Amino acid sequence: MTQVSMTVNGESVSGDVEDRTLLVEFLRETLELTGTHVGCDTSQCGACVVHVDGKAVKSCTIFAAEAEGAEVQTIEGEAAPDGTLSTLQQAFQDNHGLQCGFCTPGMVMSAKALLAENPKPTEAEIRAYLSGNLCRCTGYHNIVKAIMAASGQDVSSIAAE
Amino acid sequence: MPADGGIGASTKRREDVRFLTGLGNYTDDINIHNQAYVHFLRSDVAHGKLNRVDTRAAEKMPGVIRIFTSKDFEGVGGIPCGWQVTDRFGEPMQEPKHPVLAEGFVRHVGDPIAAVVAETLEQARDAAEAIEMDISELPAVIDMAAALEDGAPKVHEELSSNLCYDWGFVEENSAAVADAIANAAHVTTLELRNQRLVANPMEARVAIGDYNRATDEHTLYTTSQNPHVIRLLMGAFVLGIPEHKLHVISPDVGGGFGTKIFHYAEEAFCTFAAKAVNRPVKWAATRSEAFMSDGQGRDHVTKIELALDKDGHFLALRTDTLANMGAYLSTFAPSVPTWLHGTLMAGNYKTPLIYVNVKAVFTNTVPVDAYRGAGRPEASFQLERVIDKAARELGMDPIELRRKNFITEFPYETPVAVAYDTGDYNATMDKLIEMADFDGFEARREASAKKGKLRGLGVNCYIEACGIAPSNLVGQLGARAGLYESATVRVNATGSITVMTGSHSHGQGHETAFPQVIASMIGIDADQVDIVHGDTAKTPMGMGTYGSRSIAVGGSAMVRAAEKVISKAKKIAAHLMEASEGDIELKDGQFTVAGTDKSVAWGDVTLAAYVPHNYPLEDLEPGLEETAFYDPANFTYPSGAYACEVEVDPDTGKVEICSFHAADDFGNIINPMIVDGQVHGGIGQGIGQALLENCVYDSDGQLLSASFMDYAMPRADDLPFYDVDHSCQTPCTHNPLGVKGCGEAGAIGSPPAVVNAVVDALQRAGHDITHIDMPLSPARVWSAMQG
Ligand code: FES
Ligand code: FES
Repeated sequence: MTQVSMTVNGESVSGDVEDRTLLVEFLRETLELTGTHVGCDTSQCGACVVHVDGKAVKSCTIFAAEAEGAEVQTIEGEAAPDGTLSTLQQAFQDNHGLQCGFCTPGMVMSAKALLAENPKPTEAEIRAYLSGNLCRCTGYHNIVKAIMAASGQDVSSIAAE
Repeated sequence: MPADGGIGASTKRREDVRFLTGLGNYTDDINIHNQAYVHFLRSDVAHGKLNRVDTRAAEKMPGVIRIFTSKDFEGVGGIPCGWQVTDRFGEPMQEPKHPVLAEGFVRHVGDPIAAVVAETLEQARDAAEAIEMDISELPAVIDMAAALEDGAPKVHEELSSNLCYDWGFVEENSAAVADAIANAAHVTTLELRNQRLVANPMEARVAIGDYNRATDEHTLYTTSQNPHVIRLLMGAFVLGIPEHKLHVISPDVGGGFGTKIFHYAEEAFCTFAAKAVNRPVKWAATRSEAFMSDGQGRDHVTKIELALDKDGHFLALRTDTLANMGAYLSTFAPSVPTWLHGTLMAGNYKTPLIYVNVKAVFTNTVPVDAYRGAGRPEASFQLERVIDKAARELGMDPIELRRKNFITEFPYETPVAVAYDTGDYNATMDKLIEMADFDGFEARREASAKKGKLRGLGVNCYIEACGIAPSNLVGQLGARAGLYESATVRVNATGSITVMTGSHSHGQGHETAFPQVIASMIGIDADQVDIVHGDTAKTPMGMGTYGSRSIAVGGSAMVRAAEKVISKAKKIAAHLMEASEGDIELKDGQFTVAGTDKSVAWGDVTLAAYVPHNYPLEDLEPGLEETAFYDPANFTYPSGAYACEVEVDPDTGKVEICSFHAADDFGNIINPMIVDGQVHGGIGQGIGQALLENCVYDSDGQLLSASFMDYAMPRADDLPFYDVDHSCQTPCTHNPLGVKGCGEAGAIGSPPAVVNAVVDALQRAGHDITHIDMPLSPARVWSAMQG
């Protein structure tokens, strides 16, 4: 067991972890932040995406100990403290960008990272960026649309061709 | 569009707030004090005799609480099958036992042999590795045709063969169909495979058993689409626990697509083990486990023959299908290739004679059962592919050939025993033509050609049957369950409403759409209505959600219960206003007396029901809460017309979807935004089947596509935006909302459109290719082009 300390959603946290404990396990089991999900065991679904020092990371691919001292943001830290949804979250709701909600935390965290580096991505750029995030419910249509809307683009004519 | 959030409004989903903020409550988010963890030791061979399972060394490993094998399940029932098919000779299907843990034999990769319960998951896994096993590997049967050969190794030693049943439908038609085919001016024949798929909801299955020794009560938390069904099957048939001592909770569920309908061994195990070790016991599938234990879908091999006269009128249709059951019969497996497939073979067309033969086959593979569409995608695919091929052979326009044979008068009795109540197939086709700009295709094709790409256009229709019913009929067809739905409408004293539904949402948006119906009926804000689902202790006995049945069957039950509530409320209002009950009207949340200016508000009436000071106590009980069970008179029959345009790269065989248009008729619509989303998701899965997904076993029964590395799930950059429309509406005539259901349409209608488009592209480029089996991977398309 080693002790790890990090900042998660602005709060300092610490806990004892085994060397093999993944960041996602630390978040879900130790910190009880269950918004970050596990959808696979081969690092391919993106349900577990969080931000580590501002970068989108699949939290099933790094050990908790590797996040020592890092600033971590999970989906629980995305809305304002009073619960008001962020622009991105609101765009997902407005555009029906989620159904079962299981992929959603990872989608939102990936989309947030995309918009940070590319504030007005094209449809193709969004689709390419999201290729590490699987969604089985939406066919991606409304996820892509939501991200375009969150970046201030007019989505009213999408799919009308 | 009404502004009040009632029927027809694209109300934003209220459930989204918790999912978007990480506050969803999925089964794996639940941990119970003192919980222990389960790891299943699963077979890594497809077929073998279990000579010895020695757990003694493993039991001494750190943290191990107990290790279970089949010996611990003596006297416990097998996992039951919920549908018995009768074969064409009047005999029941062969129905082997499906033990909770393997008894004597393992029959597919992933078959659970032993289960370790330990303090931590890591300890359970480590101990499982220390279990000593002696398995004699037996020859496995994987290919269905080979499994039916004389002398083939048997999946179940005790059965006479690997044939589960040989089903003929409608058996009496068989000679007339053969006759018509033999004498027709033209017969088009196609052999195809509807490949095996894995549903892969993003949330893998989880089960947590909990037992209270003081009350003798069992609780199971499980990722199920139908907790009441699990309670009944597991309680009555497997573990012998009476329903009042068994509580099943399916909280937020991360997608289902059919694969979370079935009762699984892991659910029974966790419920059983929780009592045996007197601790809560949790199992969460890894994705790898899901690939080898979730019920898989499709896997039909079919020969279809369509007989036409010289003008293109359909005369007769015959299909021969081998349907893979896998190693055991999953809950509804026998019904999928039969009653959910044969009955749809008429499609949108007035083919007078139809005969469907299905041989269901046991193989050493993971059990196969319903996956989004279940039987209907298989029916649509073969029918719409053979029509496309027939149009090419006859030199006819594929749309005109379809139109010529459309059913245009309703109700319509098909030769395969179903009666379509309403539909307008020309209207959806007209709409599709308007949406898809077929006139501009030639210009688009030339533009593609300039880029060196082959462009093709595929069109098809589909019909589906949703809300399978009525119970007395499905009982005759072999269902061992009823197929009604239930709802309790509980009006609170101050007028807000809680609806307890037997239906279940795992992404469909019940919590938003169901209140819209109540809001319209009473004239109150939808915010005043909450939906409770997924908990057998809170909801009346209900059958859950699958087969696009939620709004058509569950919504109808809710309407019936709300009608009872309104009827009683009117009696109370009549008393309060000293008027006669027949004169009371309810609108916009106000009760009025016809022809007067008297009125009383909804909230005043509801308060009077619970504070019955001024109340007709001699005639009426206090309170305002009603339950209804709704058993539909018929299926509903959504239909539509789909078009897909593709570009094929002749150098690589890669197919790109350029556009996808869908014109659907779902009858009346409660929430158009949610309906669009359901269609998008269905099309996404259908394109996934057409181009990408394939569950593959090698000849020894090893599962080659056992993770997201080998099983190609559709990703955002594989798919386009979809253009969907549901303005063609022929309301269902036999349910109170006139709704038809929309959950599976996209998955049913889209695969033939994609394949038709690819074949079209290749034929336009001069290739003599009439069919390529799905998935149309670059390798398959390129190979086909090489001849
Ligand atoms: S859990 Fe699937 S990528 Fe991390
Ligand atoms: S919303 Fe269900 S997986 Fe994306």
